[in-house]
Amino acid sequence: MNLEEIKSEIETNVPGCRLEIIPNGSPSGQHSLLVDADHAFAAAAYLRDAPNRQFDYCSNATGIDWPIKEVSTKVKTKKIVDGVEKDVDEVVKTQTGGYLEVVYHLFSVELRQGPLVLRMRTEDRAERIHLPSLTPLWRSAEYQEREIFDLYGVMFDGHPDLRRLLMWEGFEDHPMRRDYVDPDDYEYEPTAHDEVLKRAQAHVAAEGGR
Amino acid sequence: MSVLTDTPIDLTPDLPNDRSEGQLLEVSMGPQHPSTHGVFRMDVTLDGEKVVKLKPVFGYLHRNHEKIAENESYLGCMPYTDRLDYICSITNNWAYALAVETLAGIQVPERAEYLRVITGELTRLQNHAGLVGFLMQDMGASGTPLMYAFREREKVLDLFEALTGARMMCNYMRFGGCRVDVPSGWLQAAQKVIDGFPKFLDEFESLLMSNEILMARTQGVGVVTREQAINAGISGPMARASGVNYDLRKVDKYGIYDRFSFRVPLGEHGDVYDRYMLRVLEMRESIEILKQAMRDLPAGPIMDPNTKIRGFRPKAGEAYGRIEGPKGELGFYLISDGSPNPYRFRVRPPSLINLTLLEDMCLGQNVADIVIILGSVDIVLGEVDR
Amino acid sequence: MLGEGILKGLTETARNFLGSYVNKDRLTTVQFPEERLPQIEATRDFPFLVYDGSDWQAGLRCVSCQICEKECPPKCIYIEKSKDKKPDVTGKLQFYPTTFDIDISVCMSCQICVEVCPFDAIKMNVEFEMSSEDRFGGLLLRKEQLAKSNEYYNKIHPTEAAAVDAALAEERAKVEAKARQAAEAKAATPAPVAAPVAGETK
Repeated sequence: MNLEEIKSEIETNVPGCRLEIIPNGSPSGQHSLLVDADHAFAAAAYLRDAPNRQFDYCSNATGIDWPIKEVSTKVKTKKIVDGVEKDVDEVVKTQTGGYLEVVYHLFSVELRQGPLVLRMRTEDRAERIHLPSLTPLWRSAEYQEREIFDLYGVMFDGHPDLRRLLMWEGFEDHPMRRDYVDPDDYEYEPTAHDEVLKRAQAHVAAEGGR
Repeated sequence: MSVLTDTPIDLTPDLPNDRSEGQLLEVSMGPQHPSTHGVFRMDVTLDGEKVVKLKPVFGYLHRNHEKIAENESYLGCMPYTDRLDYICSITNNWAYALAVETLAGIQVPERAEYLRVITGELTRLQNHAGLVGFLMQDMGASGTPLMYAFREREKVLDLFEALTGARMMCNYMRFGGCRVDVPSGWLQAAQKVIDGFPKFLDEFESLLMSNEILMARTQGVGVVTREQAINAGISGPMARASGVNYDLRKVDKYGIYDRFSFRVPLGEHGDVYDRYMLRVLEMRESIEILKQAMRDLPAGPIMDPNTKIRGFRPKAGEAYGRIEGPKGELGFYLISDGSPNPYRFRVRPPSLINLTLLEDMCLGQNVADIVIILGSVDIVLGEVDR
Repeated sequence: MLGEGILKGLTETARNFLGSYVNKDRLTTVQFPEERLPQIEATRDFPFLVYDGSDWQAGLRCVSCQICEKECPPKCIYIEKSKDKKPDVTGKLQFYPTTFDIDISVCMSCQICVEVCPFDAIKMNVEFEMSSEDRFGGLLLRKEQLAKSNEYYNKIHPTEAAAVDAALAEERAKVEAKARQAAEAKAATPAPVAAPVAGETK
């Protein structure tokens, strides 16, 4: 299975679709295909229905949270310092992340191929968190997209029944996000560590020490 | 491709409002219902005895396994996988170990691969034996078949205890091999259990297979067609009962499954009876695999010497590893950012995804059939809710 | 014939019922509190600390390296390291845990602490009748409850303990041989300082 081929195939068949191959650095070699949200549904429909592809089985759908992360890289630049040109190491800060990502693992039962890893990204993590739902194409995404909505807060447009799956109705936050803060339900624990210990100490201090 | 998906799926059928004959009754089955195999709830709307709407409610056992794993080391995640599908902890270990091995490119020694096959197939035996027992219990054959099934399951659990130290929370595999080698006398004991198992299956078959009540209750109930099954991501015995020839042991040939000759049983009707029969047939094939694996088990190391268990830091990247678990395709999707904890740890739970078609299967059936349809899906709530 | 399957099934039940009087395979249960199944050797439930010799405080193998505390998945181990060093059973000066608590209501018996321990100091127990009404007091095991002798370890896991003992003896012999060599070298070249005590005597 060649990702380049699939990419050009989709590009010819779904006009206007922007695709990008995301390389995977691990020995697994499972590279993935990033699809823009506007054409994702059409691209996925093509992958499902094209006779030479037939990705009829969407095994896994999941979300990933990528909060904004500053990566500082050292870049050598030439600068004029005190009238003399010098090589100076300059730290360039670049921002990565800042979006929610949804990943689908597609397989073909008929042709016994796969996995094809399909990714979609939201524009940011707060407001523009809408992505097209692929449930009308693969029913298997129904509960999994509900789970992603529940735990990450991605809104799936076109999902027939987008409700929380695991958390209860009325729950506000999205627990799988990286910046999720646990509710403060302190309970004494004899062998507290790290975060739990800090919280326990704060509580003991608030109660006036013990 | 499929007729099903060309029209939009109506997941919430509107109920007719002007009902002159009678009223609709809403029943909440569960979470403490004995037949739901755990804390699982279904909001069922009934028209007399017929189901007109069914909404499963999840989350009673939710503990956010995936979030816990993001704060654990790669080794520390292993015992947590035992608690997903607590009936078959060894296959959970295997799927996770396989995903980490794919992520980091680890080779597993041959003896460890054989031990994985042996313990994995024993897990399948005890899971299916337990399942057919439970299914009979759900059907009203109270006690007897379940006790016979559990008697056999117990023998396999004793083997697990002798090998791993625990009956259910085995925590047996490590990325790069297995934790312990077999103790002396274990292989003989295992051989005895394997040789005695077909007798149990024969007994079970003559006890129930041609039973008229069982056939009347199960045949034609909860039908899933082949197209539906593929589209809804149904996997494992449930998909094969609908005629989907997709067994990851044959498709992916993970581990050393290409060395064994076994058949993949397929169902024709996709009803409860087929799912039940398929599991019985699958147990027979598992016994065949076990016999071959026990015969060929080589000597050698059981752990890859180059793999560091403690302080394990795979290169940044991602991997999806999946195995044919007793309940279906069990997958682990891992993303590493080079730190000792996984950045993302995703479990593809077969039990949850196999429930996607629960409403479709139950619509128009009697209330009592919900129980056996749910039983035939084979769920474990530890995995559904994670 | 209608009813044939049911009759066949009933024959099977009857055979099992009658067989349970004669065949051990058909009746596998025991009457628990009075009768007990033999202990399976690999069985594990909660961790305990091994000590050598007869005095548990002096012989504790744990040197308070806190690896198990860090690796424990549910974080149920709590260790406080000592400020001073005490001689261990071989006479070498080592740190020791002033506090070693395991909250067994949190412990999930995964035995990762046993796997990562480089000193064979923590092992899995087989005692399971530990129910308590007090979640914090009764299920929090302190150092004195956790300490069990090496003889006890040998009793519950004979094969494993024998292997551990052999490995430890080998290691100690190596250390002793090294010390002896050092002492001999020192004796050959007269030195004003006394020979090192480490590993010399028990």
